[in-house]
Amino acid sequence: MNPYELTIGQARTELDAGKLSSRELTESCLARIKEVDGDIQSFILVTEDEALQQADAADKQIAEGSVEPLCGIPLSMKDLLCTKGVTTTCGSKILENFVPPYDATVIEKLKKQGAVILGKVAMDEFAMGSTSETCAFNIPENPWKKGYVAGGSSGGSATSVAGMECLGSLGSDTGGSIRQPASLCGVVGIKPTYGRVSRYGLVAFASSLDQIGPLTRDVTDSAMMMNAISGYDRRDSTSVEQDVPDFTSSLTEGMQGLKVGVPREYFGDGLDSEVASVVEKGIQILKDAGAEIVDVSLPHTEYCVAVYYLIASAEASSNLARYDGVVYGYRNQDADSLLDMYKETRSQGFGSEVKRRILIGTYALSSGYYDAYYKKASQARTLILNDFKKAYESCDLLLSPVTPTPAWKKGEHADDPLALYLSDILTISANLAGIPGMSVPGGFSSDGLPIGIQMQGAHFREDVLFQAAYNLELGTKIANKCPTVG
Amino acid sequence: MKITREEVEHVAGLAKLNLSEDELVRMTGQLDTILSYVAKLDELDTADIAPTTHAFSNTNAFRDDEVQDSLPRDEALANGPVVNEEAFIVPKII
Repeated sequence: MNPYELTIGQARTELDAGKLSSRELTESCLARIKEVDGDIQSFILVTEDEALQQADAADKQIAEGSVEPLCGIPLSMKDLLCTKGVTTTCGSKILENFVPPYDATVIEKLKKQGAVILGKVAMDEFAMGSTSETCAFNIPENPWKKGYVAGGSSGGSATSVAGMECLGSLGSDTGGSIRQPASLCGVVGIKPTYGRVSRYGLVAFASSLDQIGPLTRDVTDSAMMMNAISGYDRRDSTSVEQDVPDFTSSLTEGMQGLKVGVPREYFGDGLDSEVASVVEKGIQILKDAGAEIVDVSLPHTEYCVAVYYLIASAEASSNLARYDGVVYGYRNQDADSLLDMYKETRSQGFGSEVKRRILIGTYALSSGYYDAYYKKASQARTLILNDFKKAYESCDLLLSPVTPTPAWKKGEHADDPLALYLSDILTISANLAGIPGMSVPGGFSSDGLPIGIQMQGAHFREDVLFQAAYNLELGTKIANKCPTVG
Repeated sequence: MKITREEVEHVAGLAKLNLSEDELVRMTGQLDTILSYVAKLDELDTADIAPTTHAFSNTNAFRDDEVQDSLPRDEALANGPVVNEEAFIVPKII
């Protein structure tokens, strides 16, 4: 077995027992990247020298005694997490040469644990997209099937974990951007409760929806990474002062006393029959583990895509106003006036999807349309939030599909943005409501493409999700199942 | 039509974007499709519903008014496309 095939949990045991060094593990991942990244295109930047230095430092710490759980573990980072001294592009030409002067809080926390950062991975430009195809640089490919999308926007995070180029990754999720690629690539992904993880140093897309979370090869690794990155941070005024439990203590067999709600609106028209059958099996697994299954309703689900694309685009249009060619990023040097410099810089620096969303958002916030669009969407958001509050009166978590279909071919929705937006219908609500959501591998389609199962919990009840995820993993027996690539 | 070509041009101006003829035609069509879809929200009676801007009601996060270190000037200027020793340089305004 190659070291890169280990889960984080397995690697921890080997490292602590002195059977493996972090340098060996890191070198194994770097060799794997050289072997397969030409095919799956996960990495925008590999920071080999820094990674090996971090590995040596970790080995020194391990030799000296007890270390933090992620010490010496090689990870990849979505390229919108600021890394001090290391280029952070956000998948955009406008930030192609941006070198942050500080680390994001999550990066700081991982470095403090002694984790090894292998590099920065591909994503949709400014995290806007569902396939990673809007990335201005390399476009990751689904490691399970050539020519199929990795999902997005954290596509490179998912492919680097599924392709065994690293042991885990951090992504971000604004409308499903962790859970959807995790599902399409057959790995575990969790979007924590809004406020659970600091957003300081995360390049902002939609500030009321964005949340950072891990993508890993099994549920135990996910809990280990969540332990490392969670917690209040005074530098993010929306982070919440809430105790962080040890999430690994929720990984117990049995679901007795827990009620699993099945939201009937998530099983409507357009749901692929193989996806439906994988989720049905998941329901059965939790039932066999002792859970009570209840039927619940989230009646405003059909409105979530409309609400999301108005609110997310409105927030994006405001957040992205800062890219004006003055203090960082690309600047058009030919313009004579300040106004032309702004316009030329932004027009050349942003790709089509980003421009489209800036236009929608600007329109929804503009004088005369604010009430009809932005305010209306914010009121409908309240109705969606209330749906979840009501649902959690009768159950502890919700079980559903993550996406209506398995991965699709690259380029399929290139000229029809609305069709692509609609594929996010099952993941968007969690961001609008601020609740935690998780995707765990559930099975495969007849074409061999992974299909995930989604769980959504009440605010700050990631512990319940981890317990259910662990039981699903025991039942499906496909944890750490990776494709053959390279 | 939910949005006209002239409106898209106006919004692009507000957002400080120049659109080519090609982009203008394509964006007008796509924005029209998207805005027609989101008009679905008109089905909902939201007259008495308070808007949600954050899933949690946040209170202001204040800290004590103490002097703290800030980013050194040279580091702040390091990413500037055009700078001198103390400032970001932009095209002449007045």
